[in-house]
Amino acid sequence: MRYGLWMQATFISEKKYTLLLEGVKVENVRLVDRISSKKAALGTLYLTATHVIFVENAPDTRKETWILHSQISTIEKQATAATGCPLLIRCKNFQLLQLIIPQERDCHDVYISLIRLARPVKYEELYCFSFNPKLDKEEREQGWMLIDLSEEYKRMGLPNNYWQLSDVNRDYRVCDSYPTELYVPKSATAHIIVGSSKFRSRRRFPALSYYYRDNHASICRSSQPLSGFSARCLEDEQMLQAIRKANPGSDFIYVVDTRPKLNAMANRAAGKGYENEDNYSNIKFQFIGIENIHVMRNSLQKMLEVCELKSPSMSDFLWGLENSGWLKHIKAIMDAGIFIAKAVSEEGVSVLVHCSDGWDRTAQVCSVASLLLDPHYRTLKGFMVLIEKDWISFGHKFNHRYGNLDGDPKEISPVIDQFIECVWQLMEQFPCAFEFNERFLIHIQHHIYSCQFGNFLCNSQKERQELKIQERTYSLWAHLWKNRADYMNPLFRDDHSQTRGTLRLPTTPCNFLYKFWSGMYNRFEKGLQPRQSVTDYLMAVKEETQQLEEEREALEERLEKIQKVQLNHTKVKAKQSEPSKHSGFSTSDNSTANTPQDYSGNMKSFPSRSPSQGDEDSALILTQDNLKSSDPDLSANSDQESGVEDLSCRSPSGGECAPSEDSGKDRDSDEAVFLTA
Amino acid sequence: MEFSDLIRTGRAQAKLLRGPEAPPLRGTLCLTGHHLLLSPGPQATSELWLLLLRSVDSIEKRVASDSGTITLRCKDLRVLQLEIEGVEASLDIARSIEALSSLESVITSFPFFYRPKGLRLGDAWHFHPPERYYKRVARETNAWRLSEVNEDFSVCPSYPRAVIVPRSVDDGALARSARFRQGGRFPVLSYHHAPSGTVLVRSSQPLTGPQKRRCAEDEELLRAVLAGARPGARGFIVDTRSSQAAKQARMTGGGTEAKTAYPGWKRLHRPLERGQPLQESFVRLVEACGDPQQSTDSWLCRLEGCCWLAHVKEALSTACLAAQGMEREGACILVHGAEGTDSTLLVTSLAQLILDPLSRTMAGFQELVEREWIQAGHPFQLRCAHSAFSHARPKHEAPTFLLFLDCVWQLGRQFPLSLEFGEGLLLALFEHAYASPFGTFLCNSEKERCLCEVRTRTHSLWSGLNQPKEQRKLRNPLYAPNPLAIWPSVELQSLRLWQASLSVLLLLRPISALDPPT
Repeated sequence: MRYGLWMQATFISEKKYTLLLEGVKVENVRLVDRISSKKAALGTLYLTATHVIFVENAPDTRKETWILHSQISTIEKQATAATGCPLLIRCKNFQLLQLIIPQERDCHDVYISLIRLARPVKYEELYCFSFNPKLDKEEREQGWMLIDLSEEYKRMGLPNNYWQLSDVNRDYRVCDSYPTELYVPKSATAHIIVGSSKFRSRRRFPALSYYYRDNHASICRSSQPLSGFSARCLEDEQMLQAIRKANPGSDFIYVVDTRPKLNAMANRAAGKGYENEDNYSNIKFQFIGIENIHVMRNSLQKMLEVCELKSPSMSDFLWGLENSGWLKHIKAIMDAGIFIAKAVSEEGVSVLVHCSDGWDRTAQVCSVASLLLDPHYRTLKGFMVLIEKDWISFGHKFNHRYGNLDGDPKEISPVIDQFIECVWQLMEQFPCAFEFNERFLIHIQHHIYSCQFGNFLCNSQKERQELKIQERTYSLWAHLWKNRADYMNPLFRDDHSQTRGTLRLPTTPCNFLYKFWSGMYNRFEKGLQPRQSVTDYLMAVKEETQQLEEEREALEERLEKIQKVQLNHTKVKAKQSEPSKHSGFSTSDNSTANTPQDYSGNMKSFPSRSPSQGDEDSALILTQDNLKSSDPDLSANSDQESGVEDLSCRSPSGGECAPSEDSGKDRDSDEAVFLTA
Repeated sequence: MEFSDLIRTGRAQAKLLRGPEAPPLRGTLCLTGHHLLLSPGPQATSELWLLLLRSVDSIEKRVASDSGTITLRCKDLRVLQLEIEGVEASLDIARSIEALSSLESVITSFPFFYRPKGLRLGDAWHFHPPERYYKRVARETNAWRLSEVNEDFSVCPSYPRAVIVPRSVDDGALARSARFRQGGRFPVLSYHHAPSGTVLVRSSQPLTGPQKRRCAEDEELLRAVLAGARPGARGFIVDTRSSQAAKQARMTGGGTEAKTAYPGWKRLHRPLERGQPLQESFVRLVEACGDPQQSTDSWLCRLEGCCWLAHVKEALSTACLAAQGMEREGACILVHGAEGTDSTLLVTSLAQLILDPLSRTMAGFQELVEREWIQAGHPFQLRCAHSAFSHARPKHEAPTFLLFLDCVWQLGRQFPLSLEFGEGLLLALFEHAYASPFGTFLCNSEKERCLCEVRTRTHSLWSGLNQPKEQRKLRNPLYAPNPLAIWPSVELQSLRLWQASLSVLLLLRPISALDPPT
């Protein structure tokens, strides 16, 4: 059967396969290993309603690779070769799958099917509407309640004398991309807000993003003003005035335009633009040049091309990385965040941030600044709250940016990817400051594209409400929270002097601060990652210690009981057997207390610890297992084969011995013999 | 010659700046034969500040109307600034530092005067004798024996007294083979890989010359190496030069092993950078890191321009190749370049670290450095005479040992649980290789060390480092013995700049949770 109807296969018997009604199955497909192209796994390719699945033939492993259709970024059919027809699938989570399909027709069929499957046109086609982790209604509702923004504003200390909850956007009457619950200065009346909103692009008027309790300074966000070359708006000026007044400690506010000045000026011709310092009293205006979504999309594209280079030289790699500009853009976002955090915490000045529409760069910058300012956002739950607040509630256009539904490719841009990378860069600088680990970031990135949970659907709160997302899908936050043991950073110390309060980065320009994030962009090339995971190891040690601690307590309790019994005995029988028995117990007690020193014997058992095992939603777990690249290698690299680099074929000196003329003449040099050996 | 002759002004009032993070120190500056001291006033809380003059790499002086500023750039890459009262005094002090820091005499150097409390002279000099390792191999294999042919350093001046050679080759043959190898460095055992029964052997280039000379004893020696492994064993010669360079070496009397003369051996060329180009790469790297005007725009390009990471990659992949040849192919490996004292040692020592779990322990790594670098005759004094700041034209300087430490760091980053020692030990070795109160890295060979009586008149670095209070800082708290080979990834994405070695320039160090509490 070359191509046809395929019902439930045996290998997935214990996995839920209700989704699969009909599918495509192609046999004798080869999955090419990117690092050493010599290695390729033979297997069978299945297309289901939701996934592309490749199952290796190797009987002992039957390794499975699952890819959600929503993760597929591009599909490329390459020129047919003697071995078959190559199909290249690039994923949004940076996985790259190179398949070789024996028959051209099969390849074409797979290609056509995937094109259709990877570009859903209706929300209802997305995976989250069929995904069922077997939770009851109550559990689902509780999941959605885990992150509560009104709680978050309360935590900030709101409402208070300066800030109040406004219902001006009830039923999205003023701005359809804003949430309904917004905090605004007390002195800003509904009239001012509505007036200001009319003077702002897409009516995104200035609203509170973060309130810094210690000194009343705040971070507010909006879109660009419709100032053109000379337009003014009294209400908008009053609005900014109100924000200033809400911070009695300072007599001015910063207005930060996160765009390059040139872009902002160009916008004036279209009747938009930026605030004129002369029209607004007591503002200090500042440009911070972060490039627009198109530049960022191209930059990522260029960087990924560098990652895909076949055996590049160090020079190719570094030049390519530099030319992509990616790290420069990351630095620009960080710099903006640092500027704002400093203004708020050190100068005690409130800041109004905007870009063009105030939903991309503004979201990045506000969330980076909040993360720097407030240790709460550096905890597991706090980080979810931060994304919920600055991204989801304030109308970051997830659907457009991440291409969940088929749409304009020019709208796609790695905006939140950049924010997630900024967090990772900070984690590298402050290894003890974050409660969560790298895996947490990677899984969030994965699910922003996976559409497995409802959190990141649509472009605004309003759309999500209309779709009744909370009644029809599950929340990612609850899922992550349930598996939080996997996401803990064992080095987290909230009492460390350098991690309390605001994170302070060096003021001198330090470019080496920003590094290429191999753990994200090469995450599926396990060979490139560190072979042993410090995080996993420490977590395992922690767990082990805790178990032993409990055991010790239990033993001590028992010892106490026995001693009591013995005491009674001695009272009756005088002192006879007591010493020997007592010493017997004390040694065994000691030996348990000493075992945490020696983990070598237990090393092998650690990696088998998989908190997600036996979890109900194994469809997700499968993809997660692929993500946890380091786990299988933790057991002291027991997998020796995978540890070996294919050095002979990727030697850096290849240029010296292969093409040079003397290698042909110099018969003494036996390059080829060793390579084939 | 007395030190006092070189000291023009002994003391002056000065202010010391040690970078943006440390507060400036004020006090009386004193110059002694080996040190620069800054003694803060009697009421000051800070302690005496001390700098070994030997660690000064370059000195720059500027004078104003009534004071002078001296910038000292140290071999461990620290940059210090001294503001000294009095123009005359500051010029005198600068000149004195210049003279004292460039003294070439070994026996007047500080290690010969250093008498720390709690250490006994001559204590740790037998801490890691290579003989012990050689004896073990000889016992385990039966195919190898310890030879005393070099007892008086007459056969090879850069080899130690004890070498280990195939049992079937007698001392006379060794001496003749030595005459056929540059500097007398005939093939000797570097490492025996017990699981596969294969060996790693190192030497210098054969002196075939343009006439393609041959040497029967040398051929016999390499034949015996293969025979000792197992019948029918193959061997690979890893030449750390390009085939072109190896051929050119014939013109100057060197060359490579001809295939016909050495049946069973195949030759591979893996060119590694050495000597002056490597030193220049290091200088450029330090320049790039220390440039305060650096902007993100050009940082990666500058990093690329210094090629340092490319050298790291090449060194690691060549070592992996050698290790792979032994472990996977069951072949014996002979490594040599030209002199066999630089890139050769880089490859053999890294290959052992990859294959041998013992060499990844604290004691094992010290033993490895002692055996494969110090005893094997890496000319530390020549290579580490100057670091990256020196204005002097480099003659024999090359940061080969630093490159080795960098590669070890890369291994440790990829296998964070498999090395018993931490970054601290690597940094300490970097610092001490360039300037040290201990005698371990003095001189260029065991012969010179014997002449200078280093062992009896100076302290060993190992005894210094193995004190409990030092050990605490040098160990890797995550260490869990790993009995397997550790195969690193040499892909570009997997290699990183070793920031800590440059941290004094980068003015930064991430907060490490793993640092022991101080």
